[in-house]
Amino acid sequence: MTQAVIQWIGGPVLKARVSEPFQIHEALAVGEQRLLGEVIQLSGDLLTAQVYEDTTGLKPGDPVVGSGLPLSVALGPGILGNIFDGLLRPLSEASGHWFQPGLAAARSGQFRFEPGVGEGDELAGGQVFGQVDGPGPGRACLVPPLLSGRVRSIRPAGTYAEDEPVLEIEDAGGRVHRVAMQHDWPVRRPRPAAERLSADAPMVTGQRILDTLFPVARGGRAALPGGFGTGKTVLQESLAKWCDADVIVYVGCGERGNEMADVLDEFPHLEDPRTGRPLMERTVIIANTSNMPVAAREASIYTAITVAEYFRDQGLHVALMADSTSRWAEALREVSGRLGELPGESGYPAYLASRLADFYERASRVKALNGEEGSVTVIGAVSPPAGDFSEPVTSHTKRYVRSFWALDRGRAQARSYPAIHPLKSYAEDVDTLARWWQLQGNSEWREYRRRLLGLLESQARLERMARIVGKDSLPPEQQLTLLAADLMNEGFLRQSAFSEVDRFCSPKRQTAMLRLMMQFIDLAGEAVAAGTPPAEIAAMPILRTLQRLGEEFGEDDLERQSEVASEIGAAFNALNDHKEAADVG
Amino acid sequence: MSADVILSGALTGLEGPLLFARREANVALNDAVEVIGREGRGRVGRVSALDEEAMVIEVLESTTGLDLDGTRIRIRQRPLEMALGPGLLGRVFNSVGAPIDGGPALPAERRQRVDGMAINPAARDLPRDFIETTVSTIDLMNSLVRGQKLPLFSCGGLPHDRLATQIAQRARLRDAQAGEFCVVFVGIGVPYDTAENFRYAMEKSGALAHTAMFLNHADEPSTQRLLTPRFALTAAEYLAFVEDRHVLVVMTDMTNYCEALREVSASHGEIPSRKGYPGYMYSDLATIFERAGCIKGLPGTLTQLPILTMPGDDIGHPIPDLTGYITEGQIVLGRELDRKGVYPPVEVLPSLSRLMDAGTGKGYTHPDHPALSNQLFACYARASRARVLASVMGVDGLPETDRRFLEFGDAFEERLVSQQYPRTLEESMALGWELLRALPVSELTRLSGEQLACYIEAPAEAG
Repeated sequence: MTQAVIQWIGGPVLKARVSEPFQIHEALAVGEQRLLGEVIQLSGDLLTAQVYEDTTGLKPGDPVVGSGLPLSVALGPGILGNIFDGLLRPLSEASGHWFQPGLAAARSGQFRFEPGVGEGDELAGGQVFGQVDGPGPGRACLVPPLLSGRVRSIRPAGTYAEDEPVLEIEDAGGRVHRVAMQHDWPVRRPRPAAERLSADAPMVTGQRILDTLFPVARGGRAALPGGFGTGKTVLQESLAKWCDADVIVYVGCGERGNEMADVLDEFPHLEDPRTGRPLMERTVIIANTSNMPVAAREASIYTAITVAEYFRDQGLHVALMADSTSRWAEALREVSGRLGELPGESGYPAYLASRLADFYERASRVKALNGEEGSVTVIGAVSPPAGDFSEPVTSHTKRYVRSFWALDRGRAQARSYPAIHPLKSYAEDVDTLARWWQLQGNSEWREYRRRLLGLLESQARLERMARIVGKDSLPPEQQLTLLAADLMNEGFLRQSAFSEVDRFCSPKRQTAMLRLMMQFIDLAGEAVAAGTPPAEIAAMPILRTLQRLGEEFGEDDLERQSEVASEIGAAFNALNDHKEAADVG
Repeated sequence: MSADVILSGALTGLEGPLLFARREANVALNDAVEVIGREGRGRVGRVSALDEEAMVIEVLESTTGLDLDGTRIRIRQRPLEMALGPGLLGRVFNSVGAPIDGGPALPAERRQRVDGMAINPAARDLPRDFIETTVSTIDLMNSLVRGQKLPLFSCGGLPHDRLATQIAQRARLRDAQAGEFCVVFVGIGVPYDTAENFRYAMEKSGALAHTAMFLNHADEPSTQRLLTPRFALTAAEYLAFVEDRHVLVVMTDMTNYCEALREVSASHGEIPSRKGYPGYMYSDLATIFERAGCIKGLPGTLTQLPILTMPGDDIGHPIPDLTGYITEGQIVLGRELDRKGVYPPVEVLPSLSRLMDAGTGKGYTHPDHPALSNQLFACYARASRARVLASVMGVDGLPETDRRFLEFGDAFEERLVSQQYPRTLEESMALGWELLRALPVSELTRLSGEQLACYIEAPAEAG
């Protein structure tokens, strides 16, 4: 334990005079309340540190104690299903109505431990040495990644505290290490894996506009930029609820407290559609609301991705929802400003881009140290000022993500959610993911996707034209294009997050819906080519069925959808008969 | 609690609101201080940075009249606090919580830090109780719930104060267990008449006894403006979480607050961010707005209705922009509607209430409320698009359906947005259904078959 004494303090930054050597990025306990801090600069006998909590009441002369370790969090079985602050300290109703500095106590969960190795076994870092009992995934106990050696002793099955040593390992140098169910890991250091793998399958989100148009790969990274009120948070929450990851890490970084309350209120009552278990069991919430200390906001993103990597190392697929990375960047800016660093664009520090890159690069699909396959998929919300995507955080983020889901204010104002703009968004892994859709029995996926995007592109062009010449003056085929694009927007791309039926849409149902829509558009195209006026097609009652397809035909109604296919056929036959009769008459 | 320490002759410099002094007593960061000038008047300040020999004091009032030799500093050795006790309601206070209505000081039963503490996210209760404001565009389209923070985005010259006053007078819960309701009015840099109009309106409706007012007039120093909402919210928290009341905090005008923040930041020599506002404006505003909420196990609630005027009528300006990222929605007032004579001139499309889904629908308001408001939004958005088309090629050039949407848009503004008298939610809903009946059924895709049958096709039964 190295010691220092505060010499200067202002806001969350302090300078202290050291008598023994400190390391850069070493975690500190500051003052009598033992507030958490981190060394950010060393210069001669002075260290500069940022404090992650409210510094009111600190004064020169107060002690600063070094921990000897970089800022670390304890990873163990007590994480899943709970809510933490940005430094992974538990928040619960029991910790009081108000968030207090130094709100210390570490988790002290008791778990039933089942040993998985015996004395004399050789263990390498990242291997599983036991299991804990309990519901939900993520119950393996891992050897800390950098440790390996021979098991000297292991405790029998029984109930132990999370931080109580249950295993003794003797390394090659003969040193004995005591290992508990949880272990510490520095948050700013990526956890090692045996091998990085490339993308092969999408993370199924259950949102039609994402899965069908702009998929994100497992282990991929997506950005979700949008001005306020465009539905970032609702979409993030929908993804957290319905995507097919094994574990969800949801980090509310500088966002609203009531949103955290919403998640805590809702998740325990919702069922995971795949396992039938409460969603909360697979979820970790990290909450650093906008009025909690800014420096901890900066750390919360690293805390979250470290937790995600820990579950990845157990062979699980993890989705990390970060809401919002802009607040994190602002925290960087604020701390940088207090240190008097030279500002770059918009006042952000010049190292913003490299920090963003470091973060997004930790998203990966890997072969973990224990040989299992796991992944971390990162979905970062971005809150650009005034919805301007050319600002630094959005433009730098764009360079590092592979899926870009641009939210659009116009769509949001018409309450057409998810308000993702199909012409401003993109996904780079489409070619790789087409194979997966083929295996799901939808070999036309790529073709459908191309047609759908083409249709929306034409719509934008034709609407510009219609504004000048009037909709009625467009040729019939173009009028039909507008009608078809409206149908796709209203009937397929729009999906209510609050509808019991439509909030989740399986790939199978998406395929079925898309086929019906395309069938209608093809038949309508033929009819118009044969001389039917587009107005007659717009008046077809079957159109309403198609527009409400998502809402009216749930996951259990896939059978009934095939009836719709014959109804569409019948409707067009009737239309043609009618037309022939009229022509003859 | 240690006793106050008085330092005299310790000043070494004075620069704008900052006072540099030798640290001759045991002082800690953020300690409250009273800076007493030669004339004997005390000013509120706090310690903003310090080292072993020196300290920087931020004076939160005007520093005019201070000098280096004659100024004394009283150090409180605790952070800035407000003394609170029963009898807050019906009183008027200044920016730093001292009564200015000629009445006695409050009994100091407890002291609370004016900076407040963050509500533990795990202890927050999700706001769900629908508040009926009797304004259709809010109740029906962008519902307000208890514990929400819903700002009015306005422009100079629009009747935002009148709207806020009406909401403060009429807002009520729909069920009987309404509990004790009270209003905290916070005037930040407001002209004298705004404050007086509000006081008069509350008095006329007999609500003044349930109102506490905190006033910072336009001619008072801008540094004090930063304190006004903090003192007021500290009092509001006391009313809500100690006295178990339902508190509605009306704050006007947050733009003045942000201007003051910029001014103070500049005088500290901080690196500016967008448009000269400090980079921490988001976090700073959050420490105010996030004080709204409900807490598990406590019966009281704190709802905020801040008002801000958008500089240059620009919703992308940093003030409305950052506010919108923190608050749970916004009610936007528009100049065009105001010119048309529509009152309240609420622009429905850019307005939003994020907590609407939690507080409306089955079990809260009416099962068909969400679908109705959703459909009205979609139709009105369509009507706006039709207007753009009509402005280019004339109404006659539009297809029949678009013309019907145009008519719907006009009727929506004239009949639903505009209102002279209060409306219950039921009245607003009936009006909404009636407006939708003017449109082709095939366009109403956000309604279910049953809703169509019940409200659109057989309206007689629905009443």
